[in-house]
Amino acid sequence: MNSTQQQSYLQPGGALRAKYRWLTNINVVPWIFLAPAVIIFAIYVVIPVFESFWLSLYDWDGLSPTKKFIGLDNYAGLVQDEQFWTSLKNNVYWLVLFMLGPVCGLAIALLLNQKVFGMRIVKSLFFFPFVLSGVVVGLVFSWFYDPTHGLLNTILGIFGIPPISPLSDEHLVTPSIIAAGLWPQIAYCMILYLTGLTAVDPEQIEAARIDGARGWKMLWHVIIPQLRPATFIAVVVTIVGALRSFDLVQVMTDGGPFGRSSILAYFMYQQSITNFRMGYGAAIATVLFLIMSVFIAFFLRQMIRTERR
Amino acid sequence: MIKRAVTSSLILVLACLSFTAKGEKLVINSNQSDPAPKAAFTKVVEEFKKQNPDLQVEFNTMDHEGYKTAIRNWLTTEPPDVVIWFAGNRMKAFVDRGLLDDVSDLWQKNNYDQAFKSTLPAMTVNGKQWGIPFAYYQWGVYYRKDIFEKYGISEPKTWDEFVAAGKKLKENGIIPLTIGTKFPWTAAGWFDYLDLRTNGFDFHIQLMDGKVPYTDPKVKEVFAKWKELLDAGFFLPNSSNYSWQESVPFLMNGKAGMILLGNFFTQTIPDNMHDKFGFFPFPTIKADIPDAEDAPVDTIHIPAKAKNKAGARKFLEFVATPETQQMIAEEIKELPANQNAKPPADPFLEAGAKLLANAKAAQFYDRDTNPEMATEGMKGFQEFMVYPSRIDSILQRLEKIEERVFKEQANEASSRVKGESNGGESSLKLVEPNSEKTLLGVR
Amino acid sequence: MFPRPIQEATAPKRYAYYAVVVIAVILWLLPLLAVMLTSIRSLEDLNAGNYWGLPREWKFSNYAEVFQQTPMARYLLNTVIITLPAVAGAIALAALAGFALAKYRFRGNLLLFCMFVGGNFVPFQILMVPVRNMTVRLGLYDTYWALIFFHLAFQTGFCTLFMRNFISTIPEALLESARVEGANEFRIFWSIILPLMRPALAALAVLIFTFIWNDYFWALVMVQSDAVKPVTTGLSALRGEWVASWQLISAGSIIAALPPVAMFFILQRQFISGLTLGAVK
Repeated sequence: MNSTQQQSYLQPGGALRAKYRWLTNINVVPWIFLAPAVIIFAIYVVIPVFESFWLSLYDWDGLSPTKKFIGLDNYAGLVQDEQFWTSLKNNVYWLVLFMLGPVCGLAIALLLNQKVFGMRIVKSLFFFPFVLSGVVVGLVFSWFYDPTHGLLNTILGIFGIPPISPLSDEHLVTPSIIAAGLWPQIAYCMILYLTGLTAVDPEQIEAARIDGARGWKMLWHVIIPQLRPATFIAVVVTIVGALRSFDLVQVMTDGGPFGRSSILAYFMYQQSITNFRMGYGAAIATVLFLIMSVFIAFFLRQMIRTERR
Repeated sequence: MIKRAVTSSLILVLACLSFTAKGEKLVINSNQSDPAPKAAFTKVVEEFKKQNPDLQVEFNTMDHEGYKTAIRNWLTTEPPDVVIWFAGNRMKAFVDRGLLDDVSDLWQKNNYDQAFKSTLPAMTVNGKQWGIPFAYYQWGVYYRKDIFEKYGISEPKTWDEFVAAGKKLKENGIIPLTIGTKFPWTAAGWFDYLDLRTNGFDFHIQLMDGKVPYTDPKVKEVFAKWKELLDAGFFLPNSSNYSWQESVPFLMNGKAGMILLGNFFTQTIPDNMHDKFGFFPFPTIKADIPDAEDAPVDTIHIPAKAKNKAGARKFLEFVATPETQQMIAEEIKELPANQNAKPPADPFLEAGAKLLANAKAAQFYDRDTNPEMATEGMKGFQEFMVYPSRIDSILQRLEKIEERVFKEQANEASSRVKGESNGGESSLKLVEPNSEKTLLGVR
Repeated sequence: MFPRPIQEATAPKRYAYYAVVVIAVILWLLPLLAVMLTSIRSLEDLNAGNYWGLPREWKFSNYAEVFQQTPMARYLLNTVIITLPAVAGAIALAALAGFALAKYRFRGNLLLFCMFVGGNFVPFQILMVPVRNMTVRLGLYDTYWALIFFHLAFQTGFCTLFMRNFISTIPEALLESARVEGANEFRIFWSIILPLMRPALAALAVLIFTFIWNDYFWALVMVQSDAVKPVTTGLSALRGEWVASWQLISAGSIIAALPPVAMFFILQRQFISGLTLGAVK
């Protein structure tokens, strides 16, 4: 099959020459597979992350060549910073409410999981919100919420409810932005579940049907367990999305009113870039990262445990 | 299919990478992303190219907000040869870190201190000049002339007249003042003017420089005046919902009567409504306080690490000429910085030129004070407008931030300027208090 | 398959289903309709507060204007040049790494997996300064490669996680029998694993394509000149300091959204196929 002129690492007959055989050693092979990904990921992500942890111990404006070491002062400052606690609280709201993403995503995936003519187009239409830029999504939703010209108050008016102004109300603002964020997020989860549904074992379904399972029981006991990989990714991605949604906050409220809708990612950006406080921003990012790691650790443990079973 | 796409895209990439420029290159990065300024600068670049055929000019426009992030990256790594930016504390932030080029030689060579007499203070740090101003504009109250006429209201000159006008409008179901504070700098406009009118220019600049605490009784007086308007219900309800652009429809629909804004407001007036609008300066509050205005200046600079400084200098000189300044001013509807250029024939600008001829001018809150102070201050103003009763906690918070921020600024400055006997004091002063330097004209 | 195929249901149920789907689509797309309506409004309309009513002027010319006011065609080309290699690279690297992590036992397997998962959760803004400095040092600043390499690296984290999970559902028996037949590991990967991964590869390609296509932040950090700028930063140049041309931005966003949707449409079949994933030979 291969000419021996080109491939001198093969013996005549196709087997590997002795001195290259170690490459196919089952202990070495995984490292070969892993090498490119690990190297580039380490360079661009892992090392910069550690650089940022280290940066959080300094007072730096992001421009000057000099930095001042201040130890944990940035973290002390965070604890006293009102805006930090507000942002943290908002992140909790995001985390909790964003979990509607996988739930609704699964519901829609189930709805659309039919071989009906035109379903391909319908699926693409449902996917559309995900590909729109966050800026445009935020813009449209802020017009929706506009107290004078917006659609929301028109609809509320039909039901006789007095007009509200979600984006300038301290208490309504974060749920309102979360609603805007859920629109693309549900589309995302829908895709994940559609993929997952194709992998569900038809034999198990048939067996369960013969046993008389239907509807909810079927869903809960047969389908959802098989969707575990998709659910895992959906939840991971939703958590990451909840903790990141930068564009939406910036366009819809600029973190306002007076910082009430700010989230840690936005707070970090404001501090690092607008306020020239890179070290402080790095500290916020570190805190955010630590919060996320708690979730990752939890899920990794769950996942590994179920796999070992 | 994927493989083919990858290979063809790789070929494309390699082709683009191997393209070499012919002739000397000049890179200009602009933040003038609004339609009119973008057109203006495109014209300027075209003219410049005609006059300098040997230069290959690359002109990049970026969105205004993203530019603020990106410029920090450029200046410290691989900057373009010319950047557009703002005067005042914003320019100083880069000058202090050695990121902009000193162009005092151009000023001396061409006697720019005459042509740009009024903007000279805003362009000077440590006795040297660091860029060329090209335009500025006035702030003031734009109002619906036809609505005022309908209810028999004349242009208010004093605070009492202003409040009376507002009351008259409110009685007739018109919202006196529209405002959009989603991006809170519009509220800062109110703070600036109330402070300038209540406490005067010198005090205002001292506050900007962090020399006066926010809990000072004079500052509280400003908020008390503001509260008068809030209590009377003059402002657009739920203003933090709207960007300034979204607050404008109320004025256009005749639901609101006035807005305090910069002259860029006139860009949103539809052609058929121009004669329905008028302009008057912010009313006087205390008769003994001389007038002072907000008049932000837009500028161009050369980064310290620029590659083609000679070409950049040529461009700066080109932009400084009265002809170019006039061309820009015509397009963007602002006042040219060069005194020898004729301002555009626009009633609003003419009013502005008259206004600024004899007034001291500030750069606007978020350009006059430390950037972090500005962000927190503006948040505080936004909160005050919704919850005026929280004034004490807001001012205390701003006070704490002010202390920290200006102490840090002073420390940084003193560690940068090694061996200067004054520590950081002198480099913080941008506009000398009690000086007679004005933005326009000489007193 | 689940739910029960609708063709088996009675006629009224079937029609009810169609009706539900149609209503769901309309409700779902309401905001999108708003964006489309905005894209054919005039700026005066927006300045008058007419966000939801019928446009006073139907300005389909906005779409042409987007191409005139900005070098939109160039931006689209740039985005393609940046996205395609990055997507291909990330998926390729992740498939290899995911396979290694899923099907081999070795010391450090878990640690590396945690590294990929963890790196994914990093708030990417904080990477700005280190990555920018490194890019400049490598001489890649303001080039396509800056963004290609970064996106390739960053997305590898998520992709590896995704791939590893999917590959771990492939029965061990399949590989064992191949090994018994004398195939080496690389052969196993190429001939057995990859074909089975097709639906996952397709789904991932669409997702990653969309992420990279819509990235704004890194384009802002790593690229300056119009010649290299992708469509995200290009479009936001329409947001001025004072006046945002929302109608043009909406039009441009719709144009920019079409390629990812097209990708989804084209690769959809891959999701539906791949029922062999559950088969055991």
